Amino acid sequence: MAAPTPMPVRSVPETSLIGQRIPKMDAPDKVAGRTCYIHDLNLPGQLHAKILRSAHLHARIKRIDTTKAKALPGVQVVLTAADVDQRPIGVKKDHMPLKGDKVRSYRDEIAAVAADTVEIAEEALRLIEVEYEDLPPLTDPAKALEPGAPIVHEAKPDNVAMVFDYANGDVRQGEKESDVIVEDTFYLHYVTHCCMGVSGIIADYQPNGNLLLYSNTQVPFLHKREFAEIFGLEPGRIRIVQPPIGGGFGSKLDIYPFEPIVVFLARAAGRPVKMVFTREEEFVASPTRQPVILTLRSGAKKDGTLTFRECRTLHDNGAYTSWGATTPFVMMQTISSLYRVPHCSYHTKAVYTNNPYAGSFRGYGNLQATFAVEAHMDKIADRLGIDPLALRLKNAQDPGEVTPQGMHFKSCGFKDCLKAAGERSAYSDKRAAYRIAQRAPGRYKRGIGMASMLHVGGGAKIYPSDGCGTILKIDDFAHVTVMTGASEIGQGSETVIAQLVAEELGVPLASITIVNNDTDITPWDVGVHASRTTFIAGNAAIGAARAAKVKILAAAAKVSNIAAVDLGLRSGFVVRASDGQVVMDLARLLRSIHFQDKADLVMTTFYYEPPSKHQDKEFKGDVSAAYAWATQVVEIEVDLWTGILRLLKVTAAHDVGRVLNRLGIEGQIEGGIVMGQGYALSEDLMVREGRIVNPNFRDYKLITAPEIPEMDITFIESMDGEGPQGAKGVGEAPAICMAAAIANAIENATGVRITALPFTPENVYRALCAGQAKEAAE
Amino acid sequence: MSLAAEATTTIAFTLNGSPKRLTVPLGLSALDAIRDVLGLTGTKYGCGEGECGACTIVIDGVSVNSCLAFAVDLDGRKVTTVEGVAADPALAKLRDALVEAGGVQCGFCTPGIVVQAKYLIDNGLAGSRAAIKRGLEGNLCRCTGYKKIIDAVAKAAGVNA
Repeated sequence: MAAPTPMPVRSVPETSLIGQRIPKMDAPDKVAGRTCYIHDLNLPGQLHAKILRSAHLHARIKRIDTTKAKALPGVQVVLTAADVDQRPIGVKKDHMPLKGDKVRSYRDEIAAVAADTVEIAEEALRLIEVEYEDLPPLTDPAKALEPGAPIVHEAKPDNVAMVFDYANGDVRQGEKESDVIVEDTFYLHYVTHCCMGVSGIIADYQPNGNLLLYSNTQVPFLHKREFAEIFGLEPGRIRIVQPPIGGGFGSKLDIYPFEPIVVFLARAAGRPVKMVFTREEEFVASPTRQPVILTLRSGAKKDGTLTFRECRTLHDNGAYTSWGATTPFVMMQTISSLYRVPHCSYHTKAVYTNNPYAGSFRGYGNLQATFAVEAHMDKIADRLGIDPLALRLKNAQDPGEVTPQGMHFKSCGFKDCLKAAGERSAYSDKRAAYRIAQRAPGRYKRGIGMASMLHVGGGAKIYPSDGCGTILKIDDFAHVTVMTGASEIGQGSETVIAQLVAEELGVPLASITIVNNDTDITPWDVGVHASRTTFIAGNAAIGAARAAKVKILAAAAKVSNIAAVDLGLRSGFVVRASDGQVVMDLARLLRSIHFQDKADLVMTTFYYEPPSKHQDKEFKGDVSAAYAWATQVVEIEVDLWTGILRLLKVTAAHDVGRVLNRLGIEGQIEGGIVMGQGYALSEDLMVREGRIVNPNFRDYKLITAPEIPEMDITFIESMDGEGPQGAKGVGEAPAICMAAAIANAIENATGVRITALPFTPENVYRALCAGQAKEAAE
Repeated sequence: MSLAAEATTTIAFTLNGSPKRLTVPLGLSALDAIRDVLGLTGTKYGCGEGECGACTIVIDGVSVNSCLAFAVDLDGRKVTTVEGVAADPALAKLRDALVEAGGVQCGFCTPGIVVQAKYLIDNGLAGSRAAIKRGLEGNLCRCTGYKKIIDAVAKAAGVNA
């Protein structure tokens, strides 16, 4: 075949997509109401599932009678534990999907129905008779360790689900070196994800016995294996398709009982079965953020140098073990390594109770640990008469540091974050002025507070692999299809991946299709968690795109007689790299190599595994290829008469490595700030004697549009050497500092240190009254 | 099952400009009628009790949580859903603004926001950022932190920052 016809000489300027404001690729469909979430998906012949949950907190199941439910017209299948051969699920495999012997919480699943309609399935649940024999309840985690406490799992008579012990240095030595020591106990409450799209699944057995799941999971490849174990299937015979997901935030990292139950129903019915939660079910049967009781002792020398930190926490594990129990992995990083601390110990017990259980939730324990650490930074500064910003700068990590826990901070813009947020908010001046104003008369008091955070930003090596694969193909019209393992949960991974590929191949974004939601098509990935997707999947996509570029330029060199190294790809053309002069049209080149004798298709694969290490048995190791840093300063106004607290302004500085999509990263940070605001101020999942008493948006208060603060965001671009185009992960970071910073601002406004969340008007008002009473007594 | 759920009636209304006639159970919500009977799945179930705004539609010029309205309430009315907003060339500015300002992440709340924003703009209720914030108070979003949604509606409404 002849070489492409020469084109008139013209040149294409070099442009870059990096740092631009790129609208989310799936947004046009979403604003048009065209996006088909799992709720909108229905299969032919599909049945609808409902699950009967326990009416008792902690009880033996004496008898279950489903006779009447089975007799109801329209009911196709009724299942109890007696009807299925099931295996335990969850992080510690302590959780049977259907409970047969006893129930351990109000969310416990006892029976399930598949019926022609949702209404019939609901009616059938009311016809199921269950006889219980109550057992003594255990709802106070502090009592779980007492002798004679009720036992939640007979196999664990001490009620201990997990224990974490970490230490470096010698805390007693640290105490001796200290001029000031502070100690507090902090109480971190229950909140929950509140994804706007409620949970759901559709299970569809194929005629050949393979299982097709339509699932909202954030970890499709791990779930294939886990589902396979539950159902005794080869993992290769399970295909998971993820319809667009209506929010994740960590809630979809574990398998929950409803998922295998729906599969059992589909198998028994021989028809597809769909289950979608109601909002109340979403509150009751979804995981929470890990509630923590945390006692922290911290010490420092007169000059502000930190000497030691000793932390003991008690985690309410609830009735079963999900990811919440493992949040100490992250908490201890903040305790040991946010600031330089030579002597450190960290001890956690997670104990079983009859309460709801916690999962992973954006920030993964770091909101809780940061709340305590940053309260102590302020306290120590005040005790020593040092400006809190100066104290933080004195102890902040620098680039190149390897912490006693083994984390290596190759890129680290922490001090730049502190300085930027401090200066832009006029932190030190305002803090001093507001402190003086505490004594002045007046109903409204202002306060300013600062907190910083360290979080993984280059994946997290928790599983055997922390990698992601990419398959890339370019068709004969230069349209690029990128098959990536990375799941999209609204965070914008599809747009960043397309952007990184477009940057390499010099094609417009509209020429890129991202395929990211079908385990039969996409290569392996460990899942959306640990703020890893841009970093890991981005690097995988760049690798595949660069391989394609090598192929294309080699072909172009052959045709043009210009060396490949002197060629480049811009705006859909092969160009001379030096001056951008157009050498040939990319699509025409691709067609020519496709339709020649030895036809070639441009297809490449790449697998990226980050250079990180697993923690050893002492919890030491460089678990992430990069670490993200941030400082957030909040300014608040407290109404002393009502306890109502207004968040006026947030000044945030984030070390993100490099900004890839400015629009997307702003969205992550603004969304995270407001989620952190909700954790601090309004959200409170009220668990009373094991029962969630506010399972609705009327009584569980998410932040609404009028309540958001002014947000001033600065990006610190530390250009991480391993990151895709220098970028680091950012997804979790923005939510982490808010509660800690607000607590410090309340102290600055009122002189009262509040150690328990949330800062609802009632809680703030009570704390202010208690503070006044204490002052009067003194 | 309750009598109200079993008894049916026939209603006629205009949906996004087209006449519709259907027979519905008395207890059926407007949301379920639109989604399950008419197959327009753009309108979302978020909470079922009028707290989240994901199911917002416009009935005779007034924005309503369709989960709290009965299907029979639509009888004789003019109804607009997100699909109607999407098909209206005059509202391209609003749709484009939401996309370009970054007002969409997971997108589940987006249809309700699109419809509520149209209602606010149509009725002169989007004259300032403060008014827009008030007007969007009933639409919960867990992803964006609202700022970019407010930016988008302000742009579509011609409000200066």
